[in-house]
Amino acid sequence: MSTKTTEAAIAAMKASKALNIEEPMLFEQGASGRSGVDLPDVPKDYKPRLGNLRREGRIGLPGLSEPQVVRHFTRLSQKNFGIDSAFYPLGSCTMKHNPRLNEKVARMPGFADLHPMQPQSTVQGALEVIDQLAHWLKTLTGMPAVAMSPGAGAHGEFCGLASIKSALQARGESRTKVLVPESAHGTNPATAAALGFTVEAIPANERGRVNLDALKAKLGPDVAALMLTNPNTCGLFEYDIVKIAEAVHAAGAYFYCDGANFNAIVGRVRPADLGIDVMHINLHKTFSTPHGGGGPGAGPVVMAESLAPFVPLPYVVHDGTSFRLVEHASDATDHKPFGRIKGFHGQMGMFTRALAYILSHGADGLWQVASDAVLNANYILASLKDVMSAPFEGPCMHEALFDDRFLKDTGVSTADMAKALIDRGFHPMTMYFPLVVHGAFLIEPTETETKETLDAFITALGELSQKAKKGDVDFFKQSPYHTPRRRLDETRAARQPVLVWTGDLGDDADEDADEEPERAQKVA
Amino acid sequence: MRYLPLTETDRREMLAKIGVSSVDELFEDVPVTARLKAPIKNLPNHQPEYEVERAMAGLAAKNVSAGSCPFFIGAGAYRHHVPASVDQILLRGEFLTSYTPYQPEVAQGTLQYLFEFQTQVARLTGMEIANASMYDGPTGCAEAVMMANRVTGRNRAVVSGALHPHYRETIETMAELTEFDLEVDAPDPAGTENLAAQVNEETSCVVVQTPDFFGRLHDYTALAKACHDQGALLVVVVTEVVSLGLLKPPGAMGADIVVAEGQGIGNGLNFGGPYVGLFATKEKYIRQMPGRVCGQTVDAEGRRGFVLTLSTREQHIRREKATSNICTNSGLCALGFTIHLSLLGEAGLTKLAELNHAKAVRLAERLGTIKGCKVVNDTFFNEFTVQLPKPAAAIVDELAKKPILGGVPVSRFFPGNKDLANLLLVTATELTTEGDIETFAKALSEACQ
Repeated sequence: MSTKTTEAAIAAMKASKALNIEEPMLFEQGASGRSGVDLPDVPKDYKPRLGNLRREGRIGLPGLSEPQVVRHFTRLSQKNFGIDSAFYPLGSCTMKHNPRLNEKVARMPGFADLHPMQPQSTVQGALEVIDQLAHWLKTLTGMPAVAMSPGAGAHGEFCGLASIKSALQARGESRTKVLVPESAHGTNPATAAALGFTVEAIPANERGRVNLDALKAKLGPDVAALMLTNPNTCGLFEYDIVKIAEAVHAAGAYFYCDGANFNAIVGRVRPADLGIDVMHINLHKTFSTPHGGGGPGAGPVVMAESLAPFVPLPYVVHDGTSFRLVEHASDATDHKPFGRIKGFHGQMGMFTRALAYILSHGADGLWQVASDAVLNANYILASLKDVMSAPFEGPCMHEALFDDRFLKDTGVSTADMAKALIDRGFHPMTMYFPLVVHGAFLIEPTETETKETLDAFITALGELSQKAKKGDVDFFKQSPYHTPRRRLDETRAARQPVLVWTGDLGDDADEDADEEPERAQKVA
Repeated sequence: MRYLPLTETDRREMLAKIGVSSVDELFEDVPVTARLKAPIKNLPNHQPEYEVERAMAGLAAKNVSAGSCPFFIGAGAYRHHVPASVDQILLRGEFLTSYTPYQPEVAQGTLQYLFEFQTQVARLTGMEIANASMYDGPTGCAEAVMMANRVTGRNRAVVSGALHPHYRETIETMAELTEFDLEVDAPDPAGTENLAAQVNEETSCVVVQTPDFFGRLHDYTALAKACHDQGALLVVVVTEVVSLGLLKPPGAMGADIVVAEGQGIGNGLNFGGPYVGLFATKEKYIRQMPGRVCGQTVDAEGRRGFVLTLSTREQHIRREKATSNICTNSGLCALGFTIHLSLLGEAGLTKLAELNHAKAVRLAERLGTIKGCKVVNDTFFNEFTVQLPKPAAAIVDELAKKPILGGVPVSRFFPGNKDLANLLLVTATELTTEGDIETFAKALSEACQ
């Protein structure tokens, strides 16, 4: 290994303390020729058919042995909070326990080692999984149809709005507006805009719900849809929702429900009974598939009869004897599909996990999930409303919203409180969302937390609030103290973006000084 | 229920603190007509873990897994060996159960591997920068076209007839719904299309693939120049990412955006998902690139660290003006990719790629001896097209009964196209054995009589 690589490794080891271990980058540890995978020799006498397209020059990837790779990623993992490590009350994310049964089931070879393009006679069990999960989602929501292929919530929003746009086209109507509450998650207006709609915001009333009169004033023949989250992003149930649905339908528009907060009502309330036309469900929220540091998710979309024909391809049908995938519009008899939105058939690995979760809970378990999720959030609201400032009267649903009025004149911000909370052993709540209150703290405990954990969290927030009010600003500004990295300079990251490692690979630079990794030259 | 920790005592105490007598009171905002009085009746109740396991195993047993018989399917998803270490690391709770790294001080694990992933993707594709993943190749491809539209200010894309149909169909859906134009070429198994002739001053981009859907290899250097001469971008798709271990990367051909399916490294077949879209481009297009990105910075003590950055492109900041609506992407699949590629290293990846090619050459030699069968491609990586004397779909179904998973009939992707009905797409990887090849060849030979 070169001096450079050895230097980096030694510097890292010097900085490590007990289990707080410094870990250099992969690219600072590699040696060319080394590999953590054993492979047989390439046959010497075969005749390649590559044309003249064999790669020339180095790719620029480091070589590590298996022990090094395992240690590298194990050490990286130790710098992360997961639900497994700590209370993770991110509002609207539903950070509930991720059961390991899900992982076992997803890895059964009969699911994991299945190619999507195998003859359909050889994948009937997989198609049945999709069908069973679809049945559960339809029954829990009371909706007659479901599109299973969207890859995440935002993709589901796209699918739902695409369905609406297609239905309007089929009706011969061109409606160009989508209405969205001020408190909406950013994916809502982003999705509407992507589909060519103009977005208009609906203000909230003094109780944090959609202002029904303001909504009615904006409804007209040019409105395609209302996109509403329910419970909304303030954690409150939209009590006027049935009236909202009636108004939307009377105007000839469709009612899209963002199902991110379904955990509050799953098994206890069916969205169909509220009058919605289409709703995406986040399997990685309500149905416990793991967040994985940013995905993968899945965003199936339940639909009313009026939208049911307008689905993406492919979808699963049962023709009396067997399951079948409808992959082409020419094969679609009862539907008017608007096209494919993703490769292959959908997030199968998330379907098996979600189905295992649903079968584990059953209808009675899911009833209890919603009940305990709402109970936990209200306990937090009741315990903290005199310590922090809650913008809206309770009860809340599955998440409790606070703003930063209680920090007025302290010099301490929402972000500062969150960083101090980290040192107390908690992952912070969602900060600065929704945008409709100042300095929002959105706390979603979920149903998989003990009362002891909630009490410890409540105590910690109480103590930190006191500390802030006593004026110890510097303590907060310097937080966190005990994490693998102190507060990071996000401004610098954006001003001078460095997205890739640009160094050489240590020893390789010594041996192959003239061979530049083959890549596009930087354009001035 | 095993995932629900609250006891009845807990619930009573909590209700008392809240000041209500039952949880039902907390649902008072739900319209009375919509409040269910009891758990939904025609659904089963909760079950022990072993019952759920039994039920799911029963469904799994109804499938023929790829490893249980001779297997030759590719068509955009590739069966490679994933070392045991990968899964063990993915199952670590700090990776599996963590969220998007919005609090970077407690997410340096996620952020450092994302930075390593971005670097690996950029180097493999020969490009300057990459993002932290898309849902899959096809959605990444559609986003690439929309990015090209933004960058050039134009709205017509030209699409190769050798692009994987799922990628083409996804672009077509986006074109229809977000209103931009497409020129889609006819399917091109013979490799004769002339895309350069279709580029003009209204073209935003040309979308091509190598190895293409039929397995053929292409050098798009001349096409890249033709595009740039007209102010258009070249988007190159790679569906078999292992091929980049052996082949000239799109970046070296002059590609402006490279989209790849990362499934082949670190992620099993999983019946089509979840997969991981790789997205790489030139640094000058950084602000038009969709998706999350991780960037390097320093902390309050001057130590190197990582954060999500350039969020002003994204939905949570920019809302209706965002480059894309994407939020959750494919983090854990990206991690699987990063770990597997770390284990392979450059030497391992290069060897793996060459083994794949050698196996495919062997397969082509053997199938080429079958009477009535002809290997269509002159060049390929690990996948190629065979012309059979009869429609391929029926033959594949017949072989499946043995069971032999003998490739994919091209007609599955192009139903009703008689010219393509006799074409079979076959793939070999490092996992293909000489015995598999012989079994497949014999059965194919019989079926072709």
